[in-house]
Amino acid sequence: MRQAIQAAEAVGAGTPPLLSIESVSVELPTRRGPLRAVDGVSLSLAAGRTLGIVGESGSGKTMLSRAVAQLLPASACLSGRVRFDGQDLTALSPQALRRLRGRAFAFVFQDPMTSLNPVLTVGGQITETLKEHLGLDGAAAVRRAIELLAQVGIPNPEQRLKQYPHQFSGGMRQRVAIAIALSCEPKLLIADEPTTALDVTVQAQILDLLAREQRRRHMAMILITHDLAVVAGRTDAVAVMYAGRVVERAPTRTLFRAMRMPYTRALIAAIPKLDAPPHTPLPAISGLPPDPTRPSPGCAFAPRCASADAQCRKAAPPLKAVDVGAHQFACWHPLAGAP
Amino acid sequence: MRGASDRSRPVAAGNGEAAPLLRVDDLSVDYQAGGNTVYAVSGISFAIARGETLGLVGESGCGKSSLARAILRLVAVSSGRVLFDGVDLTQLGGAPLRQLRRRLQIIFQDPIASLNPRRRIDDIIAEPLLIAGVADKTQRDRRIDDVLTAVGLDPALVRARYAHAFSGGQCQRIAIARALILEPELVVCDEPVSALDVSIRAQIINLLEAMKARYGLTLLFIAHDLAVVKAVSDRVAVMYLGKLCEIAPTEALFQHPAHPYTALLLDAIPRPDPDAPIPASLAVGEPPSPLAPPSGCRFRTRCPRATRRCQEEVPLLREVAPAHLVACHVPLSSAGPEAPRPR
Repeated sequence: MRQAIQAAEAVGAGTPPLLSIESVSVELPTRRGPLRAVDGVSLSLAAGRTLGIVGESGSGKTMLSRAVAQLLPASACLSGRVRFDGQDLTALSPQALRRLRGRAFAFVFQDPMTSLNPVLTVGGQITETLKEHLGLDGAAAVRRAIELLAQVGIPNPEQRLKQYPHQFSGGMRQRVAIAIALSCEPKLLIADEPTTALDVTVQAQILDLLAREQRRRHMAMILITHDLAVVAGRTDAVAVMYAGRVVERAPTRTLFRAMRMPYTRALIAAIPKLDAPPHTPLPAISGLPPDPTRPSPGCAFAPRCASADAQCRKAAPPLKAVDVGAHQFACWHPLAGAP
Repeated sequence: MRGASDRSRPVAAGNGEAAPLLRVDDLSVDYQAGGNTVYAVSGISFAIARGETLGLVGESGCGKSSLARAILRLVAVSSGRVLFDGVDLTQLGGAPLRQLRRRLQIIFQDPIASLNPRRRIDDIIAEPLLIAGVADKTQRDRRIDDVLTAVGLDPALVRARYAHAFSGGQCQRIAIARALILEPELVVCDEPVSALDVSIRAQIINLLEAMKARYGLTLLFIAHDLAVVKAVSDRVAVMYLGKLCEIAPTEALFQHPAHPYTALLLDAIPRPDPDAPIPASLAVGEPPSPLAPPSGCRFRTRCPRATRRCQEEVPLLREVAPAHLVACHVPLSSAGPEAPRPR
């Protein structure tokens, strides 16, 4: 009962979603043949909500986020639709997309040193965005840039504005990147491993900052990470990806407490726990993720799954809903779920 | 004088009985960088008993990798001693150092970068044996097969292949095999799992534990992830800006951290649990530059408990509970009634 209420809340019942990803696939050409990086993913996100996308490297989580923003490599082949705020992004012209980026949705990437321009001052990079997208004049843009830097917790913003990215620490650089992402008041922020390059004490501060600004601006957020601990306390719902597909999607609490997909359970179990005594053997997932250029007809996790049988190896299970539809999983032999 | 008092301390060995396999004594490492001096490691002392795993944690730039490399003499030691089985490595050179180095090995963070992609696995793992003068090919082959099997790889499948054909997790298994082929006594693991995915990370942690048992290894296990360190360590040392803050048996450190920095690190870890409370406010700021560390206690600029004394006087490591040492003027009470932590 309580779960059903939570589930309905998590999808933002009643309101049409801000973002809806419909059967999106992305194929990349490689020397070893086409690589299906994203394979028929459908997800939606309501305004003001946070969706975590969790997966290991190569699971397609980053490529999916690039598909949302239509920022795929030129050689990539995209199919499916991405609806954002009533518009089909896949049908828009490059000019129209350019106008939308920044104002409609913005990115924060893993490595702020590569996402910032090293030869431009931080102030120059923030005001550029403000002038381009919001049409502010020079003085207004500088005033706004100072406000933004102060909001993301950078001391002495007036002085810092004149400095270059290399004069900032990793955490401060990520704050600058967040200030730029927030500068045009986007409706959706896509944060792709925003804290992976940062130290643990700094990581907590950056995650707090993102959560605070998200609430304040009623902004939707997609938090992409390989770290289940990062999404545990900070998302409304989580989608778990494996080999290009969403294999489970649930309200965050349900995912951790009553997961149905064996991969999700194995992934959570494999994390070393702080409350376990030293030298406790970890329940590791045996084997390796599949080769994405050699897809198998069945469930991609089957070769590593203890409950896999002939059916799992023959046919890929569809992502199906239970209950009110918020909890979906792709498994022929799901776990029992809630105790 | 400080060295003398160091030596009488219980830092000497984890179990306090047998002579430690490794003893690091007042070790410092400085680098010259554009006219500035970076004090990467400043006067660190600790010991590791034979068969023990000492975990070493700290944030980037705290000097943990410099310390690891200095122990193996991969970077120059500025001052201090590194005693391996009683022999001071800092005084050795040439053939004696090469001889001794067979007993110490290192595993690096990036398993793909630490293997030459254009060499066969066979050659990569045979090289230490060739350098060590194992001339008999049959004997080499047998030892390579043994160690590859031990790290969970099928020798028949992997020996003829090139390193570039393997994934990160497999490369780390190969790097571990290369480190173990000479049957070393001490293995320094420098962030051995931080570049790996969660599902692979657990495999490699379990493998290191199994290899430790099989080969009777002593480990210095360096990582920034406290949960990973807790999973493998008998004792844990915490470093901040080139200095040791705290060193204690693993459970004691996690249950009763005495240094405010250790407590901050523990609070900052995100828990894979949606019901775990997110700490309201963590001590602010980021580590200062190691080019100009703060006076006195180096953590004082971020410490909620800092006093005037912390600014003026460098805190020395002292014992607050059996085998639990902390370098802090105002430590958190470590055995008091309010000490047990909720998590």
